[in-house]
Amino acid sequence: MKRLLQALALPALLLAALAILQDPIDRQDGDAPAPLGPELTSEIERGRELVVLADCKACHTARGGHAFAGNRAIPTAFGTFFSPNITPDPDTGIGRWTEDDFWRALHEGRAPDGKLLYPVFPYPNYTKISRRDARAMFAYLRSLPPVRLATSAHEIDFPYNQRFLIAAWRRLYFKPGVYVADSSASAAWNRGAYLVEGVAHCGACHEARDRLGGTPAQVGPAGGVVLSWYAPALNDDREAGLSNWSEDEIVALLKDGRTPSHDNLPPRASTLGPMAEVVFESLRHTAPDELQAMAIYLKSLPEARRASVAARGRNQERHVASVQPGGAGPEVFAATAQVAAPDAAAVASSTTAITSSTAAVASSSTAVASSATPLAPNAATLAPDAAAVPSNSNPHPRRFGSAATAWLASGAELYQEHCASCHGKNGEGSPAAIALAGNRAVTMRSTVNPIRAVLYGGYPPGSAANPRPYGMPPFSHTLQDHEIAQVVSFLRTAWGNDAPLVAANEVAVQRTGPLW
Amino acid sequence: MKHLPLVAAILLWPGCPLQATQSAPPVDSIEERARPCMACHGKEGRATSDGYFPRIAGKPAGYLFNQLVNFREGKRHFPMMAYLVDRQDDAYLRELANYFASQKLPYAAPVPPRVTQDVLERGKQLVFEGDASRNIPACRDCHGTRLLGVAPAVPGLLGLSQDYLLAQLGAWQHRSRRAHEPDCMAQIVLELGPGDINAVSAWLATQTVPQDAHPDDAAAIIPPRECGSISPAAAQIP
Repeated sequence: MKRLLQALALPALLLAALAILQDPIDRQDGDAPAPLGPELTSEIERGRELVVLADCKACHTARGGHAFAGNRAIPTAFGTFFSPNITPDPDTGIGRWTEDDFWRALHEGRAPDGKLLYPVFPYPNYTKISRRDARAMFAYLRSLPPVRLATSAHEIDFPYNQRFLIAAWRRLYFKPGVYVADSSASAAWNRGAYLVEGVAHCGACHEARDRLGGTPAQVGPAGGVVLSWYAPALNDDREAGLSNWSEDEIVALLKDGRTPSHDNLPPRASTLGPMAEVVFESLRHTAPDELQAMAIYLKSLPEARRASVAARGRNQERHVASVQPGGAGPEVFAATAQVAAPDAAAVASSTTAITSSTAAVASSSTAVASSATPLAPNAATLAPDAAAVPSNSNPHPRRFGSAATAWLASGAELYQEHCASCHGKNGEGSPAAIALAGNRAVTMRSTVNPIRAVLYGGYPPGSAANPRPYGMPPFSHTLQDHEIAQVVSFLRTAWGNDAPLVAANEVAVQRTGPLW
Repeated sequence: MKHLPLVAAILLWPGCPLQATQSAPPVDSIEERARPCMACHGKEGRATSDGYFPRIAGKPAGYLFNQLVNFREGKRHFPMMAYLVDRQDDAYLRELANYFASQKLPYAAPVPPRVTQDVLERGKQLVFEGDASRNIPACRDCHGTRLLGVAPAVPGLLGLSQDYLLAQLGAWQHRSRRAHEPDCMAQIVLELGPGDINAVSAWLATQTVPQDAHPDDAAAIIPPRECGSISPAAAQIP
């Protein structure tokens, strides 16, 4: 017991010291970069558009419940949070709040009584919203019908249920401040940055989080697991970076939930999981000129990261997975974030490096990772040998040991049996199914999304341009863990795809968690 | 080779899967869009050998649509169903419901009873007569004279496994399955005891479904209680 106390004493003292330091504050109201199109004259209507883009409804509405009346359970690594009622009911909602109270919640992450708010409410993003826009959002929320519904208490694990610790967290990770325009960039870029970083709070999911749920500023590609799905990095063309997409394609993906399908070809990308919810509840209702501004900003992110990496003078690439050149392939975006994506060291130490002869990847010899389990080929059998996996498009196929070869052959059989009728014999896709050859979502470092897509399938969101989406069947009840691992391993190595194999235990852990 | 005639007979038997030479549906079709449903509910919604996933082929369109909405709104609880229907507009859910409702497929033979004759008799009595002393109406009062449902919103009760029927009646009892208010089915199931539920589900699951199975017309029944699910608004069909 004494040792335990001693062990806890130091971190507790440190946290207390951090908390005593002044809580970060910012007194500026800020100016939001102007929208590209004409601005709505009604403040309430303007507020409604901002509230839709901020997707307040998604978190603040329980399944089947009244819109904005809260009580949706939000599972996190720290426990389950229940969103508060933000209708204007005086007792259970925000009916007694002043506009000042609302501003302090959004901008400073404080409740009207001064209590610090848990950052599951994305105020580290909302702090960038201008006071004028916050006022409009408040005016809209105040115009809603009041709903009387008390919020359940959060069910948070110790020690995260000690609210004073939020003060320390804020010292580490929270910097209040409205968006400051970059005068060297265009008005459209600035508007996009304001919307992406602030109102739409994309980074709340698409940035890697550390063990304390913070998003420390970093140069490396960011992406994180939230709500059990992996939100791919937006600043990396090997993940969800959009630098070589057209603005129209980006707008289509955000507004329609998938890019258009032309000439009997598959769409370039579609959305599944939490990102499908974001499209359905929020982005499909957002004005095209706002989405275009976001597209302009999103396109610039990978280049900004590359420049930043170059400026640091050393390669901070944190990826272990092999590189897909240019990210020109199709993909499925499944968004969102909470606990840390493993860092380079952790990945490297827990994995088995095997040699890849991927000459297509210019500079780096690519380490390929696979955690060994009883159901997966072990380290020894993953060593290169003469047996090569048949590949019809990669001029330099990887070489696998006999166990890995058998593993992949089983995956290939399962693919032909269950997948090829929609995705094509060679992963080329169809108007009804995304291509898997050259698909970043299949080959990116995280295996979470391809595994969950096979387990649970799903439909992209319905939208004006795509009101009757094609869907992916779930296989959770027909295929076993090792079979799904085999088929995903096959996808990650076939047709020129070149990513690490997947082990059965990686599938097993995805059989839990919310489906979203 | 002595089994050749038998093998040939099986292969030539109408309905043998190897014989199915009909072409795949065109890509731009509702069949193609409904593929994810068939992963659990069987080809064209005819169900599979896994009794937990019910047959949906030929169920009334309004009933199927109501269930899709109920999953979306948390009146029924099955995470996979909620996940699949969550982000679709009503018009598309109606189209999917109509597609499965229009599938007229033969039913598989029922399984032999797992219960005694006494239990089956008790089940049959509840199905056709109810229990007036406990204010329990007969199943047939709402679910159709042949228990094959009533268009557009009351489901048939035959051609379902006992496992599925038990799971659903249990869910009604625990209020984890609900319908539009006033929720007549919830009221009735709360009156049933465990023995009643076992008897009713056993009898229903062992009945042979007639080959010309189809739901009755709405005019054929006068529901003994007010039911939100069969009000015109809830069962709106385009």
